[in-house]
Amino acid sequence: MKVLVAVKRVVDYNVKVRVKADNSGVDLANVKMSMNPFCEIAVEEAVRLKEKGVATEIVVVSIGPTTAQEQLRTALALGADRAILVESAEDLTSLAVAKLLKAVVDKEQPQLVILGKQAIDSDNNQTGQMLAALTGYGQGTFASKVEVSGDSVAVTREIDGGAQTVSLKLPAIVTTDLRLNEPRYASLPNIMKAKKKPLESLTPDALGVSTASTNKTVKVEAPAARSAGIKVKSVAELVEKLKNEAKVI
Amino acid sequence: MTILVIAEHDNKVLAPATLNTVAAAAKIGGDIHVLVAGQGAGAVAEAAAKIAGVSKVLNADNAAYAHQLPENVAPLVAELGKGYSHILAAATSNGKNILPRVAAQLDVDQISEIISVESADTFKRPIYAGNAIATVQSSAAIKVITVRATGFDPVAAEGGSAAVEAVAAAHDAGTSSFVNEELAKSDRPELTAAKIVVSGGRGMQNGDNFKHLYALADKLGAAVGASRAAVDAGFVPNDMQVGQTGKIVAPQLYIAVGISGAIQHLAGMKDSKVIVAINKDEEAPIFQVADYGLVADLFEAVPELEKLV
Repeated sequence: MKVLVAVKRVVDYNVKVRVKADNSGVDLANVKMSMNPFCEIAVEEAVRLKEKGVATEIVVVSIGPTTAQEQLRTALALGADRAILVESAEDLTSLAVAKLLKAVVDKEQPQLVILGKQAIDSDNNQTGQMLAALTGYGQGTFASKVEVSGDSVAVTREIDGGAQTVSLKLPAIVTTDLRLNEPRYASLPNIMKAKKKPLESLTPDALGVSTASTNKTVKVEAPAARSAGIKVKSVAELVEKLKNEAKVI
Repeated sequence: MTILVIAEHDNKVLAPATLNTVAAAAKIGGDIHVLVAGQGAGAVAEAAAKIAGVSKVLNADNAAYAHQLPENVAPLVAELGKGYSHILAAATSNGKNILPRVAAQLDVDQISEIISVESADTFKRPIYAGNAIATVQSSAAIKVITVRATGFDPVAAEGGSAAVEAVAAAHDAGTSSFVNEELAKSDRPELTAAKIVVSGGRGMQNGDNFKHLYALADKLGAAVGASRAAVDAGFVPNDMQVGQTGKIVAPQLYIAVGISGAIQHLAGMKDSKVIVAINKDEEAPIFQVADYGLVADLFEAVPELEKLV
């Protein structure tokens, strides 16, 4: 079974981002970039499926700038077999990304597509669901457990208030939540081997996909800062303040 | 302009998040219709008809919609949605699951988790885990939007008298099926709807110690939450997690106990009206956002607090 994994190059999760003075976006100059954490989980899940003998080939794809090759090489070092980069310097919307992924799915015909549930930059949480709509496949979003058996996959999903399990016919789309697995680190020999694995570059034009958008970001601002309050000396003082000053209990 | 709001429900009860979503629709302006897609959800449709400001309720009753499977519900919403200017759903796990599928079927970009309505086509939403707020304008003929409940005060659940109309459309894609559901049972209020939330972090040391928070919460009528550190350490189940990757809450009072205040956690609770932090480390970042900070050993402070409130 062929598994396709989509990964995104984003600002590293440890970076405290700053909004640009002209409110045009956040400042990404000289900031550490990494693979989106939810995408790392997606790669790990695919590698585990291969280790179990369920997956036979893992193809990793990224839509992004030339530098996204770094994240693809990381995925190759973690165990993906080959990589595809759909190069686009523009900031694409989730729908545009989903359309490009649909074109890659048409080309590669995977049985399972695994994506992160959301990217930690745009926080959209849309691409997997949109790809599922465009392909007509079933979707198992926010997965905490994935079990392939025969021509279907059982996906346990994290939902408000608990967990839900659905069964999807293959091919299907899965998006990962945090507790699906704990991603491994790439070993040095595997990082060296990854440099020799195939990486194909494509363009949206070559795939015949329009990336036009109906959304426009007008401005980006820093959130309203919350100022620190006071320190109370005792529990009694705290209760007094909550009752008489804040009036919340 | 007519707005379609997707009701959040479990076939029996209309979830409160629907009222916040209707509030966002009211800010956009125009007629508001509510779609109840489910099975045997007549009581939900009746409840939706009473929401202040709702002029029509569409009740799509079919076995295919019983478990909100997006493969079946999204085509229904996309079909009905063609007659509307906006389609709104709460940014719950269910809304997030279904609505992007609807947007892609309608070939429009979605706007996720809006926290304010600037005009009928312009909205604000948090990005980078709430470290930046983007203002987004949509030129789509049908604007597809999820609404973060904490950004909008709920409209009144009573006062409306909308007509309920049955929708015959049945979509069963046949690609997915429901297997089972395990919901945590609790007598305490739901986290995202509670007026007071008491949350514990790594400082709780183990799951058993959460009993101190449950005792305090029961006295206050509060919900109990946890930081990601506490969840990852296995102290409590993940549906209690407050933060960017868990629940987003904005209660009247948020009491953070033994929580250091990682950005990830702050993103889920910093819009609370009053924040109290109890932590023995006076350098903990949580104190930078707390209205009232108490530097103390939580195992002494929490039982004392429980006695005094």
